[in-house]
Amino acid sequence: MKEAAKRILMLLITMVIVSFLTFLAFDLISGDPATSLLGTEATPEKIAALREQLGLNRPLLVRYGSWIAGFFTGNLGTSYSYQLPVGQLIRGPLLITLCLSALSFVLITAVSIPVGVHTARRTGGALATVSVVVNQLLMAIPPFFTGVVLTWVFSILLKWFTHGRFPGFGEHPLASVGYLLYPAVSIALPRIAMTVRMLCSTIRGEMEKDYVRTAISRGNDRSGVLYRHVLKNSMVPVVTFLAQTMAEIVAGSIVVEQVFAVPGLGRLLLASIGNRDYPVVQAIVVILALWVVLAGTAADLINQRIDPRLRLGGAK
Amino acid sequence: MKRKMNGYLLAGLVLTGTLTLLILLGFFWTPYNPTAMSGSEKLLAPSLWHLMGTDNFGRDIFSRVLKGAGTTFLIALCTVAIGGVFGTLVGALTGYFDGAVDSILMRLNDAMTAFPSILLALVIISILGGGKYNVILALGLVFIPSFARVTRTAFAALRDVNYVKSARLMGAGSARILIAHMLPNTMQVLLPAVTIGFNNAVLAEASMSYLGIGVQPPDASLGYMLSESQGMLGSAPWYALGTGLMIVLLIFGVGLIGEGLQRRNGEVD
Repeated sequence: MKEAAKRILMLLITMVIVSFLTFLAFDLISGDPATSLLGTEATPEKIAALREQLGLNRPLLVRYGSWIAGFFTGNLGTSYSYQLPVGQLIRGPLLITLCLSALSFVLITAVSIPVGVHTARRTGGALATVSVVVNQLLMAIPPFFTGVVLTWVFSILLKWFTHGRFPGFGEHPLASVGYLLYPAVSIALPRIAMTVRMLCSTIRGEMEKDYVRTAISRGNDRSGVLYRHVLKNSMVPVVTFLAQTMAEIVAGSIVVEQVFAVPGLGRLLLASIGNRDYPVVQAIVVILALWVVLAGTAADLINQRIDPRLRLGGAK
Repeated sequence: MKRKMNGYLLAGLVLTGTLTLLILLGFFWTPYNPTAMSGSEKLLAPSLWHLMGTDNFGRDIFSRVLKGAGTTFLIALCTVAIGGVFGTLVGALTGYFDGAVDSILMRLNDAMTAFPSILLALVIISILGGGKYNVILALGLVFIPSFARVTRTAFAALRDVNYVKSARLMGAGSARILIAHMLPNTMQVLLPAVTIGFNNAVLAEASMSYLGIGVQPPDASLGYMLSESQGMLGSAPWYALGTGLMIVLLIFGVGLIGEGLQRRNGEVD
């Protein structure tokens, strides 16, 4: 339990650093939003009034404090370009991106774990070489290219879906999930290859350990040992890897949402970067970072449950 | 631990070598002018005259792909150079001298890795603005932590090895120990990290240019071309396929080199 508490404390520290860096970066370099908001209508009096209204006159630490306080109470500030509360603006896209990420994650685990375990059992031979080459090839295909190819095949040639027309969760929840399947496949494909590769080398490494040899010498068959002992002991690095995968999925969805014109968080982020709408960018960046750090912490906590040694803060 | 050539390394070197030669050639000569439009040669399918066909404006796609790959290749090289040099520096210092500097830099490293790399690059670009040099700077910065992490482990493992101890006893300075004795022995870790870094850089650059916030026209890069090709997917699918194929081959070749290097080091069975 002590280790878990320590891990959560580290999470908080990391989040404070991350949020402060984000805040500082946008604060220092974005220039004066009041001037850019007013544009050609800027007069010194108007700028001063708007700065007062936006609270830009307060010291940096005070503004950071109120921004963080707002973050926890759901008040993320007001978007410059949409004139809407950032929280309200983000909710819909966040749901879409969450759904897309969940879909990709399910695809990755559902495909790569059986395939990985299966390939790990076959060692050597021409098939092993083929699987390494296929793996490298799949890893080399960028998600946005897969997206373009899927669009070409399924939208233009087969007309299974209309590119660029996301149905929307409100009216057509099922059709929306169907539409998100294509971007999810694009994101999942290279990650599946990576996960299979990772699983394979972990299981093979574990299979060479003494306890496996002992178990087999006592008359257990290889697959029995694999399923009963080895898989459990291979879990720790796999869980860590899957947490990193969560981070990569989020990064991938920023790009792939653009390929399929999915109105998710990535699209909103890019639009906001284009509009210099910094409150929105700031909020999205911190939410995504929080997501990544949370995934890492969750993985550590799960690993402490799996492997009691980690609970004592021992072997890493 | 056979320290010789293996199939993966050879195949990767041949593929990457061929592509590099083509790209180098593209800096000086392309079959057609990559920006010249031709009304009579619009939307031609791939043929012997136009290896990858032509686009809506009659531009030769193969020539464009060569030029674009050149930009992507250069950016990826510069990025890896920046990330590799500074990352190794940070990794060496923190791995060799533990203490306050180590913990501070590593906490900062943790905070940076909390951002998915493309997100961090996006933020930096949104602050600096687009363009070739800002992309290099942004990606270079983003790649420092991963190199630092890898090299830190390698240097920390070597810190108390006997030859390092004896060098220290013989009065060698820290700089000499780090550069002359430890660095060559971290190459086993560093070289595969460079291949992975290069591939990530190609991907990141292509993604950013695809999103329209990386390299700006008239500089063409593969990512930008892919986003351009999406509009012609119905009429000239070969544009997207040719461009994408170039990205895939570039990453595939370097990936094979990485695989071969790791096998040569005996890390993969």
